Amino acid sequence: MKIADDLPSALTALDRPNSYIGRSVPRPNLARLMQGRGQYVSDLALARMAHVAFARSPHAHARIKKIDAAAAKKTPGVIAVVTGPELAKVITPWVGVLSHLKGIKSAPQHAIAIDRACWQGEAVCAVVAKSRAEAEDAIDLLDIDYEELPVVTDAETALDAKTLVIHPELGDNLTFERKHEAGEVDKAFKEADAVVEATFVFGRHTGVTNEPRAIVAYWNEGEQRLTVYQGTQAPHMMQNLFAKHLSLAEHQVRVVTKDVGGSFGIKVHTYADEMATVALSKLLKRPVKFVADRLESFITDIHARDHRVKAKIGVKKDGTITAFEIDDLTGIGPYSVYPRTSGIEANQVVNLVGGPYKCPNYRALARVVFQNKNVMCQYRAVGHPIATAVTEGLVELAAAKIGIDPLEMRRKNLIPDDGYPCAGASGIKFEKLSHHAALEKLVKMMGYEKLRAEQAELRKKKIYRGLGFASFIEVTNPSAAFYGVGGAKISAQDGATLRLDAQGALIVHSGVTEQGQGTEAVLAQVAASAFGIAIERVRVVTGDTDNTPYGGGTWASRAAGIGGEAAWQAGKALRQNVLAVAASILQSEPKALDIRNGLVVDADTGRERITLDEVARVAYFRPDTLPPGFQAELVATRHYVPRAWPFAFTNGIQASYLEVDIDTGFVKLLRHWCVEDCGTVINPQLVDEQIRGGIVQGIGAALYEHCIYDERGQLLNGNMADYLVPMAGEMPDMEIGHVVSPTADSELGAKGAGEAGTAGAPAVVMNAINDALRPLGAKIITEMPATPGVVLKALGRV
Amino acid sequence: MSAHDISLTVNGEAVREAVEPRRTLVDFLREDLGLTGSHVGCEHGVCGACTVRVDGAVVRGCLVLAVQCDGARVETIEGVSDSGAIADLQNAFEKRNALQCGYCTPGMLLAAEELLAAGGTPGREKIREHISGNYCRCTGYEAIVDAIEAVVQARGGRK
Ligand code: FES
Ligand code: FES
Repeated sequence: MKIADDLPSALTALDRPNSYIGRSVPRPNLARLMQGRGQYVSDLALARMAHVAFARSPHAHARIKKIDAAAAKKTPGVIAVVTGPELAKVITPWVGVLSHLKGIKSAPQHAIAIDRACWQGEAVCAVVAKSRAEAEDAIDLLDIDYEELPVVTDAETALDAKTLVIHPELGDNLTFERKHEAGEVDKAFKEADAVVEATFVFGRHTGVTNEPRAIVAYWNEGEQRLTVYQGTQAPHMMQNLFAKHLSLAEHQVRVVTKDVGGSFGIKVHTYADEMATVALSKLLKRPVKFVADRLESFITDIHARDHRVKAKIGVKKDGTITAFEIDDLTGIGPYSVYPRTSGIEANQVVNLVGGPYKCPNYRALARVVFQNKNVMCQYRAVGHPIATAVTEGLVELAAAKIGIDPLEMRRKNLIPDDGYPCAGASGIKFEKLSHHAALEKLVKMMGYEKLRAEQAELRKKKIYRGLGFASFIEVTNPSAAFYGVGGAKISAQDGATLRLDAQGALIVHSGVTEQGQGTEAVLAQVAASAFGIAIERVRVVTGDTDNTPYGGGTWASRAAGIGGEAAWQAGKALRQNVLAVAASILQSEPKALDIRNGLVVDADTGRERITLDEVARVAYFRPDTLPPGFQAELVATRHYVPRAWPFAFTNGIQASYLEVDIDTGFVKLLRHWCVEDCGTVINPQLVDEQIRGGIVQGIGAALYEHCIYDERGQLLNGNMADYLVPMAGEMPDMEIGHVVSPTADSELGAKGAGEAGTAGAPAVVMNAINDALRPLGAKIITEMPATPGVVLKALGRV
Repeated sequence: MSAHDISLTVNGEAVREAVEPRRTLVDFLREDLGLTGSHVGCEHGVCGACTVRVDGAVVRGCLVLAVQCDGARVETIEGVSDSGAIADLQNAFEKRNALQCGYCTPGMLLAAEELLAAGGTPGREKIREHISGNYCRCTGYEAIVDAIEAVVQARGGRK
C-alpha cells in the first residue's frame, strides 16, 4: 500500500521543532465516518420535525394557472400545503448579480415559483407532512393546471431577434458579456506561419454529490431564532442570506454544518427549495427537513459547463505561439444563481485561456445567455477545465500541424520559471509559478521517451494508444477581488480562535469548513506546529456560525491557504500568551522559554520547565498565585486575508496515457500523471488525494457525464442509471508529483490544491484521444464527453 | 397504509417493529432504528451507499423491503464496526485516507469485506471490478483500491 511516510518532509521551509507541516498525518475524524457514526444532515431528526416535498414543474416553461390543493390537504399526515405567493409573504426574492461583473443582469427568483415555472424541476408548490412519504403522497393529489409556454433551449439562438425573451423586463436573453483584447492580435495572426481553429463543446454535467443536498431548519418562536443544519460549504454566507431574505438580524440565525457528503461547489449556492424550507419553518414554527432525492438533484443541483468555444491559435514554424482568440458562449438556465452569479465561469474562461504562456496577443469574447434549463453555476474548478482544454487543445493541434513535439512546443512558450512576477495577457497576475520545472519532472516520472516508443511499436499491431498533456494554472486563495468587491457578503478573510483548555489541550475554532478534503486535519497540523503541542491534544471545531470566527468557508481552494494561515498566526499568538503565564509562574522571561511537544521548556537548552496542564491549572484555578496586575489570556484569535495578490495562482501539468478501441469507440485509461505546485504542502497525502479525486471528476466530464436535454427542455437522463459517473473499474492509477513555490503572502506559504485535478484532466484525456487517432486520419475530437459515439464519428465509422 | 409486524435481528439485537409494506430496508434501518450509518445515495440500486448484509449476503438496502426481512439476520456498518470484524480494513482506510466525505464508506467497507471474506489474493483489477458498483465522488478510487489491496496482502488469502 502506498501509505505516505509520516515523517517531516523537505516540503517546507518553516522551522518549528516537532513540526507537523509536510507530514501525512491521518485525519482526526475518520474513525467516526468509517463506523457509520457521521452526522450528515440527512441523518438528523429533531423533535416535532416535519418533512417537505415539492411539486415540481414537468415543463421547461409554463404558466401556473391554478393549484387545487383540496385533496392533498386531506391526506393523512399533511401539515400544510404552501404555494409560491403564500410563501412570498415570509421570504423575499433574490437577484444573482455582482457589481464588478459589469452589465450582468438577472430576474428576481422566488423560493417557490409565483406564476410561472422557468425550468423543468422548478418547485411550484410545497407540501409539509409528518413524513417524506406522506408529503409525496399528497403531491400526487395536487391538481396543478399549467399552460405551456414556448421554450428557449439552444444557447446559439438565445440572442436571435425572433427568440422569446425569458424575462421580458430584461430586454433580451443576454445575462453577461465580456470582451477582452490585449496586444496586437490581428497582426500576430498575420505573422503566424499556421493558424489552427477549432470549436470546443463542453457538455452540461453536474456534481452528483453522494449525499444529496440536505437541510433542516428550525425557527424557534420563543427564542426568535433560526437554527439551520445544512450541508453547506459556506455557513456564514448562508447565515447572511437567510437573515436577509427572512428579514431577520444575522445574530438571529445560526447555521450548523457537521458532516457533508461531498460538495465540490454544488453546496455553495442558494437553492430555492432550501430557502423555501427555511421559510416554511418560520411559517410553521417547527423544524422542517428537506433532503433532495436523486431525481430532484439532477434537475435542481446546479449544472456546470455547457460552453461552446470557437478558438484560434497562431503559431510560427519554430513553435512560437503568436496569438490566442476565443469566442465563448454558455447557457446558464433561466436565472443567474445567487449570490455568486452564473457569470463567473465565463469570466474565468476569459481570464485563464493562454494563461501558462508568454504570448501577449489575446482576444476574447464571452457571452452568457438565459435558457429554459436547470440553472448553471460554479462547480469544482470553475472555468479552468474549459480554459485548459481550449488552450491545451489548441497547443497540441498547432504542434501537430507544424510537426513538433507537443512538449517541445510547451518548453518554447511557457513563461520561464525565472520570469516572475509577471502578468498574463488577460491581466491576471502571477507571483511565482514553475511550469518548466513541473514539465521536466513529469517527463521523468512518466518515462516519456519509452512511452512514445511503446506507442509507435503498438501502432504497428493496430493498437492505438495516445499521450496527451496539459499545462495549467489554478486560481486559489482568493482575496476580496473575487466576490467582496462585487457587493456579495462572502468573506475573503477567515479567522481562527485557539484556546488552551483546563488540561492543557488545544481547541481550535475555525471559519473554514470540512467537506471531506481534510480541513480539520490541516488546521490541527498547523495549530499544533505553531503552538508546539502533540496533534493528539488538538481538537478542531468548524461549521457553526455561533462558535467559529467569521469566515468564508470552503471554496476556490482557500481552506488550507487562508484558514491555515489564520490558525498558524493564532497558534503563534497563543504560544506567546501561554509563555507569558509560564514566565510569570517560573519568574523567568517569556523570551527565554518555548513550547515544544506540549511542554514549556528553556528556549536554549530544551530542558523541561513546566507542563501545559500545570500552566492551565494555575491560570484557571489559582490565578491568585500570579503577580498582581497580571492577567492570563489563554485564548487567541487571528485572521488572515491575502493582500499582496488578488489570487494565489498555482500551476501544474498533467498527462494521460490511454488506448482507443477503434471498433467500439471505447477509451481505456491506462495511466495518469499530475505534477503540481501548490506552494507549501501541509499534508502530502491529503493534497495528493485532492488531486486524484479531482482528476477523476475531470475524467467524468471528459468521457461520461452529460445532462442530455431535448429541444423542449426536458432532461432525458436525470438518474444514476442513465447519467454515467466514473466508477472504480474504469479509472486509472494516478501518479502525483510536486514542485514547491510557496507564496510569500503568508508565512505558511500554502496555496490551494483542491481543483488542480479537475482543471487539467479533461484536456489531457481529449488530447490523448486525438493523439491516439491521429495516424488514422480521424477528425479531431473537441467535444465532451467523448463518448464511443463521438469517437466512432471522428473515425468516420458511423 | 396498513403496517405489518416484522421480527428480525439487527446487529445481533432482536427487533420487532410495525412497518408499512413500502418501507425499504435502508429507510427502516435509518428512520425506525436510528442506524444512520447506512446511507441513501440514489434509491435506485446504482450507488451502493445503502449496502448492508442480510443473512450474510451483501445487498442494496434500497432494493429490499423491510417486510421481506421478517425473520432475517441484518448487519450494518455499526454492527461490524463494534464487533471488530473489519478493524484491519478500517485501519487501512484510515492510513491510506481512502475516504474523504465518508458517505460512500460504510457501503464500500462492506463491499470490500465481501471480497476479502471470499479468500484468495485478488489483485487491483479484481478489486476495482468488485467495488465497481459502489460510487465514490471524492477519492477517485485509487486510495480505496490501495487500502483493500493492503488488507488482501495482510490477510494472506485467509477466509
Ligand atoms: S441508495 Fe441504494 S444503491 Fe444507491
Ligand atoms: S468519500 Fe465521498 S463519496 Fe466516497
